[in-house]
Amino acid sequence: MKPLIATAVFAILMMFAALTVKEKKSLTNFAAILMLGLIGLNIWELADYNHLLANAQAAPDLFAKMLRVDNYALWFNVLMTACSFLYILLTGRSIEKVGVHVGEYYSLHFFILCGVFLLSTYNNLLILFLGIEILSIPQYILAGSDKRNLKSSEAALKYFLMGAFSTGILLMGIVLLYGAMGTFDIHGFNFYATGTLSVMGIVGVMFMLVALGFKVSAAPMHFWTPDVYDGSPTPFTAFMATIVKVSVFFAFMRLFMEGFANIDPYWKVLLLGVITGLTLLIGNITAVYQQSVKRMLAYSSIAQAGFMMFVVIGSNAMAMKGMIVYAVAYTIATLGIFGVLLKLKDYTYDGFNGLAKKHPFLALVATICLMSLAGIPLTAGFFAKWFVIAAALEQAYTFWLVVFALVMAAVSLFYYFKVIMAMYFKQGDPELVSEITTLDKVVMTVIICAIIVFGIAPDMLLSWI
Amino acid sequence: MLLILLLVIPLVTGLASFAFRKTPAVKTWALIGALATLVVAALSFCGIKESIPEANYNWLPSLGANFSLQGSVMALLMTLLTAIVFPLVFIAQWNKDIEQPSRFYGLMLLAQSGLMGVFLANDLLLFYFFWELALIPVYFLAGQWGGKDRIKTSFKFFVYTFLGSLLMLAGLIYLYIQTPNGSFDYNTILATGASLPIASQGTLFILFFIAFGIKMPIFPLHSWQASAYEQTLTPVTIVLSALMVKMGLFGVMKWLYPVFPHVDEQFYNIIMILALIGILYGSLLAIVQTDIKRLVAYSSLAHVGLMIMGIFAQTENATNGVITQMFNHGITITGLWLVVDMIERRYQTRDLASLGGLAGAAPKMTIALVVITFSSIALPLTNGFVGEFLLFLGIFESTNPNHITFMVLAGLGIILGAIYMLNMVQKVAYGEQKSLVIADMSLNEKISIYIILIVIVVLGVYPNLLLQVL
Repeated sequence: MKPLIATAVFAILMMFAALTVKEKKSLTNFAAILMLGLIGLNIWELADYNHLLANAQAAPDLFAKMLRVDNYALWFNVLMTACSFLYILLTGRSIEKVGVHVGEYYSLHFFILCGVFLLSTYNNLLILFLGIEILSIPQYILAGSDKRNLKSSEAALKYFLMGAFSTGILLMGIVLLYGAMGTFDIHGFNFYATGTLSVMGIVGVMFMLVALGFKVSAAPMHFWTPDVYDGSPTPFTAFMATIVKVSVFFAFMRLFMEGFANIDPYWKVLLLGVITGLTLLIGNITAVYQQSVKRMLAYSSIAQAGFMMFVVIGSNAMAMKGMIVYAVAYTIATLGIFGVLLKLKDYTYDGFNGLAKKHPFLALVATICLMSLAGIPLTAGFFAKWFVIAAALEQAYTFWLVVFALVMAAVSLFYYFKVIMAMYFKQGDPELVSEITTLDKVVMTVIICAIIVFGIAPDMLLSWI
Repeated sequence: MLLILLLVIPLVTGLASFAFRKTPAVKTWALIGALATLVVAALSFCGIKESIPEANYNWLPSLGANFSLQGSVMALLMTLLTAIVFPLVFIAQWNKDIEQPSRFYGLMLLAQSGLMGVFLANDLLLFYFFWELALIPVYFLAGQWGGKDRIKTSFKFFVYTFLGSLLMLAGLIYLYIQTPNGSFDYNTILATGASLPIASQGTLFILFFIAFGIKMPIFPLHSWQASAYEQTLTPVTIVLSALMVKMGLFGVMKWLYPVFPHVDEQFYNIIMILALIGILYGSLLAIVQTDIKRLVAYSSLAHVGLMIMGIFAQTENATNGVITQMFNHGITITGLWLVVDMIERRYQTRDLASLGGLAGAAPKMTIALVVITFSSIALPLTNGFVGEFLLFLGIFESTNPNHITFMVLAGLGIILGAIYMLNMVQKVAYGEQKSLVIADMSLNEKISIYIILIVIVVLGVYPNLLLQVL
């Protein structure tokens, strides 16, 4: 509760700050401090909840059971807020350069986080809908915030039209589910209420699948992703591709695991299998042919979504662990690589040529992040893949899908290592847009240390659940 | 304790190497590190008769993965080989200027650490970790230094092996899920593997075998090999061919063959045939090569083929032969690459047609070349003979219905081997002297080559040194 309210308050505070504070830098600092406070509030909330647990007290009903907190969701919130904090430290200087409304940008980020918290704790389809909307609308604005850039406007319009369409489908799905079972409570679904399987309910599930698949850019609902990610200002792309995406995945997994578990033969292997396979295939193969690293990262986020689909397919205890590990591993690695990208003038592969000679630190950060994305041992990305695959393999009939996914992971080397090859094995003179500050160095060091530490001991991420 | 040191010394010295600025300092440092590892490896190998050393530490209790190492005879022999090869290479390359030496030596030592881990790991997840970790530094070594096609060939090598590893990962996690309490412990894995249905064992066998087969490499998966060997710098080539190849063989011996014992016999037959094709095909290709490095690369394909046949012959002699030959082949091929490198540096070419007259100009080097060649074609009184003899004996004793055919055809490999190797010696050593200023071996080259020659002859004359511990 506390963090949820705080995000909304902080967002409004940021808006007022934008009116009064003229210095862009102070706005960034203010946002960072608020974010730090938000981490504290989240930890407080988690500690409070554990205190209740320890005294064998039930958690209070929130909004007539529309929200439900548990360790798992609260810990996820803590991690995502911590990642957002890293994000602000890493991209703050670039956010200041996007446009004039810096305060508003930060304010929108807090609103997005409000959506994130709703998505992790919802217990009711209406809250799911609210969460998705609160999460999406600020993104439409952020995508178009570089107003002088035509591509940014294109991204915003595309995202808005497609997003609104998918929200419509989501709403339709919710309505059908309500019509079939008369409840919005995700734990109250009884698909066999009339004795036979409710067809309306199944159709509703399919609608939900499509709508949520759209939000996490699973194929074949992925077409918006490359254009939006490529067109949006780079720091905002970093936010969309990481924290926002994994949070929707979190909601996706919870809905299907908790709400639709008793009809899982209808959606699990066959349908999700096809979607997962397609996502992996399209994401990986298309990424190979990209010229720009930023666009490649957009496709790579599709490919990674394919792996994250395994948590939905798995829907078991291992999948819950996998969700956390994958979310953090993918988020910090992607943030790290975006952090490097923000420093460079040229976003094409050639822009990375010779980076290792000129800026060995940036090259090292990029290398470790890319290796983590590729899933090489000793990086967090390895255990991320490990958990989601283990979750999927606990289901029957997924073995060959997993083998296919791993073959696709080998394909991913073609685009991830293209960057590494450019940095280490090729000659060139990469130009930076801005100096590497001490803050950058500290944040990047934190990121690579985290990647390696979680690559050795992923347990640390799971100690709270 | 010694086992941990085997991992830690190269790791720490390797990481520290990155900090050095001056070339001589980093060379000395790397050599000291490699020699220290050698001492530890020798000590632990000497203690093998008393007990099998083990080390166990908690790593990820919630997943059932432990940091557990075990020094079986085969494992310690391989670590000894790894520990011998690195200092020899460092000594032989002492005079050679390498760009960015601190990075080079750092990566070399990290690769050594990874290799040690592969041989010592007694936990499947840990094994997988090291399996990949050995690959990463070698990829950077192969991509950063070497011929002009190196970026392409090293990437090809990397993708090949990484694909194999990922297939193994799928099998590995599947196996893990079948274990009673979720454990990666070797004994649990053995029990679980044997209890799986035959069909699943077959599938997992194939997945694991592809990973190991790419590393060895076995016939249809070998296409990365020749180009990678040709384009890399000699020290890296040695790591690839003397040590990483053994990772594949070692993997089959420890993690494949005992783990899935009930697979269809037909699998073994197919592998034997593929290995046989590798022997004959590699030999024939070696005969027509004009580049010495490619020639040696293809000869390696043939030698490894014989060892693979030995593993699947399933007799005691063959198994002992494989272990002996894994060690001996590592020593011999290291010597061969070092001599090839000396020749290349002096003639500035590897083309057999432009070489010649080495015997007149550099007699000592020629003697070394000839002895190492003899070992490579398994002449008696060299170490190569011992292993290959046991291998042929073992294949002959095999209960496989086609064992005689297999042995005879594999035996052709020795004859073909004599053709290409002696042809190479003849072209390099004799004939018209193409260049007048061919210096013989320098002191550092002498040191490492003489050590190799001593090992070749001593193990050839008195193989019991090795055989008694098996």
